Amino acid sequence: MTSPLEQKLRITGPVVVTANRLGDGAVVYRTLDGHWTTHLAQAAVVTTTPAASELLAGAVADDLGAVGAYVAPVRLDKDGGVQPGNLREAIRHRGPTIDLPGIPGF
Amino acid sequence: MYLYDDFDRTLVAERVAEFRDQVRRRLSGELSEDEFKLLRLMNGVYLQLHAYMLRIAIPYGTLSSRQLRTLAHVARRYDRNYGHFTTRQNIQFNWIKLEELPDAMADLARAGLHGMQTSGNCVRNITTDQWAAVAPDEIEDPRIWAEILRQHLTLHPEFSFLPRKFKIAVTAAAHDRAAVRVHDIGLRLHRNGAGEVGFEVVVGGGLGRTPFVGKTIKPFLPKRDLLSYVEAILRVYNQFGRRDNIYKARIKILVHDLGAEAFAKEVEAEWQPIRDGALALDPAVIAEVAARFRYPDYAELDDSPPELAQARATDRRFANWLGNSVANHKVAGYAIVTLSLKPEGGPPGDATAEQMDAIADLADRYSFGEIRVGHEQNLALPHVEQRELPALWRALDRIGVATPNVGLVSDIISCPGLDYCSLANTRSIPVAQELTRRFRDLDLARELGRLHINISGCINACGHHHVGHIGLLGVEKNGEEYFQVTIGGRADENAELGTLIGPAVPYAEVADVVEDIVAAYLELRDRPNEIFLDTVKRVGVEPFKERVYAAR
Repeated sequence: MTSPLEQKLRITGPVVVTANRLGDGAVVYRTLDGHWTTHLAQAAVVTTTPAASELLAGAVADDLGAVGAYVAPVRLDKDGGVQPGNLREAIRHRGPTIDLPGIPGF
Repeated sequence: MYLYDDFDRTLVAERVAEFRDQVRRRLSGELSEDEFKLLRLMNGVYLQLHAYMLRIAIPYGTLSSRQLRTLAHVARRYDRNYGHFTTRQNIQFNWIKLEELPDAMADLARAGLHGMQTSGNCVRNITTDQWAAVAPDEIEDPRIWAEILRQHLTLHPEFSFLPRKFKIAVTAAAHDRAAVRVHDIGLRLHRNGAGEVGFEVVVGGGLGRTPFVGKTIKPFLPKRDLLSYVEAILRVYNQFGRRDNIYKARIKILVHDLGAEAFAKEVEAEWQPIRDGALALDPAVIAEVAARFRYPDYAELDDSPPELAQARATDRRFANWLGNSVANHKVAGYAIVTLSLKPEGGPPGDATAEQMDAIADLADRYSFGEIRVGHEQNLALPHVEQRELPALWRALDRIGVATPNVGLVSDIISCPGLDYCSLANTRSIPVAQELTRRFRDLDLARELGRLHINISGCINACGHHHVGHIGLLGVEKNGEEYFQVTIGGRADENAELGTLIGPAVPYAEVADVVEDIVAAYLELRDRPNEIFLDTVKRVGVEPFKERVYAAR
């Protein structure tokens, strides 16, 4: 499988780097200071290919923090808020679009 | 039930200890993700959109009440209180933490459950008819052969790195409830002209990106030759199957490219030298495995007891359920009861921990402690006294698994789709949920008769859309969800792939489209009991196509 770093990045809008946290698989985003956060609002948003490549390289190097890092599109609100850029990322961010059935007492 | 021995228990326990050490080394950084991924997949651990997912095999779809309670415990203790029964007699937990997986696996192992070979390029869980050993149309218990294959192919070193995953299904009944013709190897036990029982061997079936109905390469294989012949097939596949292209790596592509006849010749050449060797099945070995299946001590009862007739006459809801969800048993006075995991508005195949516990209790009380799991994502209680059916129905109704829609339009097979799966292009569960609401009228569902809707959220076809009477395949177009619609598919002994009716339709219109197809069927059928498939066969897809696309 091709490493994410070997895949050619073509950035056409704002992006973040996202992955799954190693211990529990939770969706996380790379921050500007080289950490991971579960809050999309705290993610580093970049808009150029060099910046995305650099952010991704740091994320991939942190093999113990999170798994399967990749670049994902986001949308920016007028007020600067960050929103997932497609349905897949929206579901990763907000969780399944269905009610989960496991409520005690059926 | 099959009774596991010390060898089985030791094998599973050792595997848990090994995995515990692998997880420790991964969490400490000794193992990289690249190194660890292969190891976790060998134990059924995937990383999905939101979390790790653990897939647990339910060999030949048979569970004890103790095992079902263990699954309930895992759901409650390590997950979010529910599990998802899949189309291959597995159960999946969607929210397990890597840190807790070894403990979850240890709890499962104590009940004889594990995730070995539920992932990776190996022989997966060997499936069979969920009505094995109780169906009146069966010639013998197919699970014995699934178990013999399971023992031989578990951790088989030669077949642990096949070109791609490999799925085997076995049936011994006239009506194929195990979809054997769409498996890599399908085995159908039948009697030849001399009255001997052996296997029809079907190879190269499969769904996914390139679907095929399997080809029969051996019309009659003697029982003693089962292991050697399957070994020969796997060797030919291992040698010639494509490893350069993941999309062309399944055995179905090899069988198609070579042609079934040439493939059969290769197998024959591989088989002859080993046929009479160590793999020839000694009758004593077969008898030993068969002896470890314990069958209920059935009472001597008559069919159609008066209690049943009375309940049927006085309670319409019970009568509807009886007519839909209860099947004839091979033993007089008993019945097979299917538990629908397809309630209106529910995700197909999901069961909560409370439901699992309650079903385990009901299995103890009414079904000799045994539960079955079918590929249609429903459960069954296989040994219920007919006179107990009214009481059992009331109990099942209370826990929401008595919807009388088995085999009907709202008994939908669906993959998890984009709500969980990292491979999916579109959601599939919400489509299924909407369809169960549209077809909530069970009188209409009965009027429609047998009609299976299968939904996959991507081309990998975990929802078996190709063989749905109506098949829905999710595709992404410019970031939007669309569905391709096929009709006329079937997974039984007359397996066929569905025919695409036209361009993909938007997600929001899928339920409308299915309603249009159903409305067209009601108009086109030439008699009330002509089922959907027969109407499609008779009139072709054009009238349905016109109905769907004329208004769009």
